Parts: sequence; structure tokens; C-alpha cells
Amino acid sequence: MERIIIDGLAFSLPLFIMAIGGIYSEKSGVTNLALEGLQGVGAFTGALAAVLAAGSFASDSQVPYYLAMAFAVAGGVLYSLLHALLCIRFKANQVISGVVINILAMALTAFLTKNLNRTVFGAASDKFVLGVSAKYTVPGLSQLPVLGAVFKDIYPFEIIILVVAVVAWYVMYRTRYGMNLRACGDNPHAVDAAGVDVGRVRLIAVMVSGGLSGLAGISFAYSISANFSSSIYVGYGYLAIAALIFGNWTILPTLGSCLLFGFARSGGYYLVQKLQMPSSYSDLVMTLPYVVTLLLLIFFSRYNRSPRALGEIYDKGKR
Amino acid sequence: MRKNSHPFKRGIVKLLGSERYQAVTVPLFAIFLSLLAGAAVILLQGKNPLIAYQNLLQGSGLLPKASYAGYKSILTDFTSFMNAWTPMLFASLAVTVALRAGLFNIGVSGQMLTAGFITTLTVGYSGLAAPVAKPLVLIVGILVGACVGGLIGWLKHRFNINEVVSSIMINYIAQYVISFFINTYYVNPVSRQSAAVSRAARLTLMDTPVGNLKMDIPLGIILALIAAVFIRFLLDRTTFGYEIKSVGTSRNAARYAGINVGRNVVMSMVVSGALAGLAGVTYYLGYFGSIQPRVLSTTGFDAIAVSLLANSNPIGIIFSSFLVTVISKGSTYMNSASGLESEIASVITGLILLFSGCGEFIRHKVKSF
Repeated sequence: MERIIIDGLAFSLPLFIMAIGGIYSEKSGVTNLALEGLQGVGAFTGALAAVLAAGSFASDSQVPYYLAMAFAVAGGVLYSLLHALLCIRFKANQVISGVVINILAMALTAFLTKNLNRTVFGAASDKFVLGVSAKYTVPGLSQLPVLGAVFKDIYPFEIIILVVAVVAWYVMYRTRYGMNLRACGDNPHAVDAAGVDVGRVRLIAVMVSGGLSGLAGISFAYSISANFSSSIYVGYGYLAIAALIFGNWTILPTLGSCLLFGFARSGGYYLVQKLQMPSSYSDLVMTLPYVVTLLLLIFFSRYNRSPRALGEIYDKGKR
Repeated sequence: MRKNSHPFKRGIVKLLGSERYQAVTVPLFAIFLSLLAGAAVILLQGKNPLIAYQNLLQGSGLLPKASYAGYKSILTDFTSFMNAWTPMLFASLAVTVALRAGLFNIGVSGQMLTAGFITTLTVGYSGLAAPVAKPLVLIVGILVGACVGGLIGWLKHRFNINEVVSSIMINYIAQYVISFFINTYYVNPVSRQSAAVSRAARLTLMDTPVGNLKMDIPLGIILALIAAVFIRFLLDRTTFGYEIKSVGTSRNAARYAGINVGRNVVMSMVVSGALAGLAGVTYYLGYFGSIQPRVLSTTGFDAIAVSLLANSNPIGIIFSSFLVTVISKGSTYMNSASGLESEIASVITGLILLFSGCGEFIRHKVKSF
């Protein structure tokens, strides 16, 4: 039972922060299928920074870990500029742009990982080994029955994500920028008439989604896979999109759907272990989050109301 | 043309021609830009990009290599290139049909895998004679692909589920469920893949002696080329094509004109899925003879690039899929000949995709010059 909660949270929270990024972008009116690629590139730059820095610090030092976080965010932001450029400046189809960016991210990071491993580190490898980050347990609280598991074996990134999520919530619903952003997704012309630059609001929103996805990517790399390789592209980004659609483009319900995915996944793994089924059954468990998504979408899609101007290219003259 | 227009701009306008030719010139421009960018990457590695690109052509049997192993020649390279080209052509046609209806079928890979797997089980392992097995492979592939595609269309129509999300979910579900079945029942313990299908069911005649050569003859390529022409006819010359095009352009206008939008959404996904099914059987029962568990082929995703590059024109797709296959198929030889990572091929494909995504912008810019 404890493991379900611990593993479930470690999976849900990165998914949640990525979904928040998606909400920022989509609420501003830019469809963002690029989350998958953004988290991959973020994880790549973060992992590269960690591997490069690892030599200069003691082996038990936590500095490379936080350095990786910072670089993952930076990498995600930089790469998201490409999506912004295509969607806002070049007025490309946003769905196509998102898919293009994902394909390019996969190709580029796979190529660079192999290439840098060969040229800089002198090893023929297609991954950067990171290891699993340190975990912390809160004394006292972790002794509580059932709920104590929430305070046990916490990855540092979970705390960071929670803090960032609260800030993101505040900015989205309690600041002027947040209001402009939400208005951009529903009625960009009104925002323009009020004297706010629609393109600029959307640019910042896409950059936020890039940064948050990068954070999520490096969190996955430091927990689930313990390295950076092309195995990072297993659809976390698409799962985050499903979560935010299911959460109706609002932050708190999205947290709920992310927790649901996380617990469905960790619960399934627990079941395979508990019933001592052969390991190939874990393949069936892996489908759980996707099956749950599909079923939930069947029941809830019709009540969904996406931002009205989502995916539409902003054309000043069209009113 | 304005008086103060820059000579560079005028040059580009002249280069890209009038709007009539831009359907061809803009994609060519995108390809040129991405090859240029690819060349820059190769140069940075201290390699000669011209030789690398030449290697791509050599690996695809379009230019002679320096030396050949026994029973091999430029012709065998070309037939095995066509073997890889067939599924790509089908998959790109699948993307195109959906795109015409305004749907983004990113689930081609999943539909391919499902069709390939079920056909492998039902026909590939059946022991039927070749004249029965080969047509049956095609029929089962079409049916399964059409069902999966139709499901996505139906979910969109009935429950308003975004087709991108549902097809991605189905991609993953298919990938893992099929991996489970292969690993549990059909695995070949040596290759860690599914057991090979029978020779009779295989759509490619493997290692067939012709003269003093042994070549892989892909039967599907003829069908794929016919399919491209047929799809062009279907999209441009029939009521069905007209209806899905109007649904794709404006759903409300189509509804106002009395077109049944829901039926067209489902039908276009059925046709798209059927083509993806054909891609699946030519891939898993033609190009390969088995299925690797837990792996989704990249063909379905590259097909998006191919389709975009050709402006969703079925005849254009013949050329764009040819080019993308040259890049991916030739990369293995480029790797062994110049020592460049074969991943560079997918980087170049990605760049082509990126630049062709900007095609609308290039066209718009040229107009305003």
C-alpha cells in the first residue's frame, strides 16, 4: 500500500507540472502537442549538464542534481521558442508544429547523445547515466497510518514541483497576466483591444510550458529511468495532455487526473508483484493509464469546453 | 512588385515562381533548406556532406557502391529499397486521407502494428498455400486497419474525443498488449521477436534467385503505386472526396450544405485506417517477417512528414515518400561508409518536416514581397 502511494506520487507530480505547462499554453490559445518533445529536450540538457558537472563535485554532492534541474528548465524554454516561432510568428498549423517538434526532438536528442558520448566522453553509448536522486523522509509525519506514506521517500523534485505549481496557480488565477492569458485563449481580439500584445502573452505562455515540461522531463529521468536515453519518449507528454483535457483546462482538477494516472500505474505494478505474475504481465499493466484515459474521455469529453480560440492563428484584421 | 524590393527577395520570388508552381517549388525549397542544415551538421563533425549524401543514394541502390558482396548488386539494393518504400507510401496515403477531412491521424503506427499482428496470427501462422495466403493477408490487413481507424473516427464523432489524443492512447495500448501476447505465446527465444511468418504469407519474395543475383522482390509496391493513383481519383474526382474535403475545410459550412459530417469523419478514418493496415502488412509481413515487441515503428510518424511535404497530394506523395525512404534506408550504409551516426538521417527528416511546416509562411511571404 505504501509503495503505491510513494511511486504514484513520484509519477503524478512530474506529469502534473507538465500538464500545468500545457494549460498555460492552451489557455493562451496555442495548442501544445509539443510537450512530449519539450520534456525530452529538457531532460537531455539537464542530464548533459549533470554528466558534465559530475566530475567537478564529490560523488555524493547534490549540486549536479539541482544544476540539472536548472538546465532542464532552460533547455525546455529554449526549445519551446521553436514552437512559439512556428505557431505565433510563422502562423503554422499548431497541431502539425507540435508533432514536428516532437519528431525533431527525438531525432536530435538521440543523435546528440550518441555523438557527445563518442566525442566528449569517448564511450559508445546512447544514454547519459544519472542514477536515482536521493530521497528524504519526514520524521514523525511519516509514521502516520496510511497517509504517512505521503511523507516517506520523497524525491526533492516533488517539493520543487509543488512549490512551482502553487506559484503557477497564483499567477494564472490571481494576477493581471494570468487574466490576460486566459482571455487570449477565449477572445484574443478583446485582449488586443484592451491594448495588450496577444503575441507576447502567448509567447510567454509557450515558454512557461517549455520550462515546466523540462522540469518534468528531468524528474522522470532522475526517478523512473535513472538515465537519459530515448526511453524518455514513452508518451508522458501525451499523457499530460490527456490529463489536462480531462481536467477541463483548469489546474486543480488536472491534479486529480494526474493522481489518478499515477495511482493506476503504481497500483497495477503492485498487483503484478503481489500476485507473482510473470514479468511480461507488466506490459498489460503499462496500458492502464492509457485505458483509463480513453474510458474517462468517453464519459467526460462532451462536458469539456476547450478555450474558444484554441488552435486558431491570431489574425488582427479578422474580427 | 514594389519599387524598393530587395534584390534577394526578388531572387526568391523568381526562384519560387508563380502561385501555380509553388505547390512544387515550396516543398523543394524546404528540402533544399533542410539538406543545407543537415550538411552544416555533417560539416561540424569534420565529414564531407557531399560524400555523406552520396552514401545515402548508394545505400538505396540509386548509385553504384564501390564493391558488392556475393549475389548483390545495385539492382538488389534497389529492390530492397523498394521493399522499405512500400509501407512508407501506404502510411503516407493514410495520413493524407485523414488530413483532407481535417483529421490528424497520428495513430498510423498503431494501426499498422495491430493489422500486422492480427494478420500474422490468422494468416502468417496458418500454413495456407501462397495463392490463398497472400491475398488473404491483404484483406485481413485492410479490415483490421479499417476497424481501428474507424474506431478513432467514431470516438471523435460520438464522444467528441480529440482524434490526436485517442489515437495516441490506442498506439500505446496496442503496443503493450501486443508485446504481452508476443512475449507470452509467440516469441522466438533466439531473436526475441515474434516467430517468423510462413514464406507463403510473406508479401515480399525474399532472396529470390534472378540470374546470378539474389533479390528481395516486394510485390506490394505495385499495389502501393496503384493505391496512390486510386486515392487521387477518390479524393479529387468523387463525391466522397468532395464531401470529406468540405468537412475538412469547414465543418459548419459542410453541415449547412447538407453533408453528413459525422458519417464523413468516420468514413475518412475508415479509409485512412485501411491504408494504414496495408502499410502494416507490407511492413510486418513484407519488409520484416516478424514483429519486435514493445516497439512502434517510426514509419507512421515519418509518414506525416511525407504527407506534409507533398501538400497532401497523393501523386506528390510518391515522390516525397521516395525521398524520405532514401534518407532513412541509405543511412545504414552512410553509417558504415562515412562513420556518421545513422541518427543524422532522422534529424534531416525532422528538419524537412520543420521547414515544410513553414511552407504556408514561405508562400505568404513570397506573396507579400
